[in-house]
Amino acid sequence: MSTTLELDDIQYLVLARAPAITGRYEFLTFKDAAAGRKWLTALIDKVPSVAAAKRAPDADQRWISIAFTFNGLRALGVDDAALATFPEEFRAGMPARAEVLGDSGSHAPANWRDGTDDPRLHAIVILFARDTAAHDRCVAEHAKLLADCPGVEVISTLDLIATPPFDYAHDHFGYRDRMSQPAVEGTGDLPTPGSGAPLKAGEFIAGYPDEFGVTATLPEPQCLMKNGTYMAYRRLEEHVGKFRDFLREHGNTAEEQELIAAKLMGRWRSGAPLTLAPEKDDPGLGADSQRNNNFNYAKQDPQGYAVPLGSHIRRMNPRDTGHNMNRRRMIRRGGTYGPALPEGAPEDGVERGIAAFVICGSLIRQFEFAQNVWVNDRNFHELGNERDPVCGNQDGTLEYKIPKRPIRKKITGLPAFTTLRGGAYFFLPGLAGLRHLAGQR
Amino acid sequence: MTDSSTKYDWSKPAAKALPKGGYDPKEVQQGRYGPIFPKTPSCYGFSIIAKIIQGREEKFYEYARKLETTVAAQPNALDVLKLHYLRWNLFEIKGDTYFQYMGIFDTDFDKYTEDAVAIFAATGIDTVFENLDGFPADWKTNASAFIQFVRNHHCPSFLEYGEYPYVSAEEIKKALRLKAAFGEALDQMQ
Repeated sequence: MSTTLELDDIQYLVLARAPAITGRYEFLTFKDAAAGRKWLTALIDKVPSVAAAKRAPDADQRWISIAFTFNGLRALGVDDAALATFPEEFRAGMPARAEVLGDSGSHAPANWRDGTDDPRLHAIVILFARDTAAHDRCVAEHAKLLADCPGVEVISTLDLIATPPFDYAHDHFGYRDRMSQPAVEGTGDLPTPGSGAPLKAGEFIAGYPDEFGVTATLPEPQCLMKNGTYMAYRRLEEHVGKFRDFLREHGNTAEEQELIAAKLMGRWRSGAPLTLAPEKDDPGLGADSQRNNNFNYAKQDPQGYAVPLGSHIRRMNPRDTGHNMNRRRMIRRGGTYGPALPEGAPEDGVERGIAAFVICGSLIRQFEFAQNVWVNDRNFHELGNERDPVCGNQDGTLEYKIPKRPIRKKITGLPAFTTLRGGAYFFLPGLAGLRHLAGQR
Repeated sequence: MTDSSTKYDWSKPAAKALPKGGYDPKEVQQGRYGPIFPKTPSCYGFSIIAKIIQGREEKFYEYARKLETTVAAQPNALDVLKLHYLRWNLFEIKGDTYFQYMGIFDTDFDKYTEDAVAIFAATGIDTVFENLDGFPADWKTNASAFIQFVRNHHCPSFLEYGEYPYVSAEEIKKALRLKAAFGEALDQMQ
């Protein structure tokens, strides 16, 4: 049975992707509820729904989304009884869940750089813009709005910019991105081959049946809950110089270096999965969405001879070697920030990385599970002493094993290629939910 | 974030005394649903003790037969639980019947509980808990209520022992597969 989604109420970010190459996140605090509501009221009409974004994908050259922390909902005047109906992990906030998430050592909230560990963090406004001109225009307009709302202050901002070449999405390490996204039932979006059937909307959006057929009734009130979703924000610095040094250390030729990069990810940097291209890169396969996600592990690669058991894609989506996978899926959004480090240039010490959102119906069941069990469990797949080589908490004491006949290759003292620089839990309401928060009825 | 990496000597039997409550509050790690009971020489585990709803004993014996059939037909039905052993008991205290469920497994309890709930619901091996006093009626769709019930009725050990300490079921199966393969290799050499 299909569900009719209220696509004109769900914020576009949940189910659509803006054709943007720039963006900006602004992290805000409300000095008082009235100021927050005034700011929100001024912006609501600029927040596109899924339907609006799909109807006119290029109309405005810019796409805006708004979400709130638990403290932000309280600051806007949501009453205590309603606040108590939000799940515990959301109420606690990401910094308080650091131990569960593996955010210790250099990843700990005390080392974050954007003030997202500040309990005064109340809201995020997310801008994606077609080009720099649209970006700059929107930033100036928002600055004007803030000047007009003296009780709303900026804690920090982050500008996003795609990394060249711009013809496909990839991170600073050069890995192609956005190949494994779940399709949601009722959107009309077709999953790519190998991505499984479309998932029930309730896995991501409140107010619809989930994969167990259950429709969540919380949080309250209904007008705030319906069409809302939870969002985990992660600002992950990528240490490009260190990553390239590592490849050079472990590969004598360009081909060997590419293979090491592929073994960490489970895909060649072109996107071609090692399961389908185990020996040699196949950029045509990497770029072909009809083929690049069409594989699994239990039959095709049980020992990890192609995709190592501890590689990033095998941890983030164990496919047919995981259980209840339909209850663990996540929608990812976001982009890269910081200047690209040219090939051959030494590390310049400038922060660059990815600033991403994980969208899910339940932070504890989806995002926190992935962090706790898939990314940071040293004993995932009985590996004993490993964490995710790309985004796990690496402190130089762990290893990485690459299955190979006759004898596996074992890298000891794997360095940290990424460091967490900020993070937060947000609730992203539907448009009616935004109006409710703004005090409109 | 479970630390399973510490190297233990499987050939040296080990015993571990545990503080009241099952863990040291100063050293305990936090899982998604609360503190994690630590790994001991006999791995992870729990002992759930709960009063059964009066007159429901027969349901437990029915359940036993059902689980036997389920696992025979589907040997990997409980795979997700990463088990070594499970034991079920019924016993009486002052005229009331109590149920005890002891499990020894290789992962901390929090990690795969939602999966366990899903497996129980999907395979129909769910009836036994529903006959316990105070068990949440909506457990199939409310993992945190299920987890809370289990935590409330868990009686943590104060002492655990392992003859081959800290070894996972997978490692044991791997060793036995290797032994079988060596046996086969030797047969082929005759």
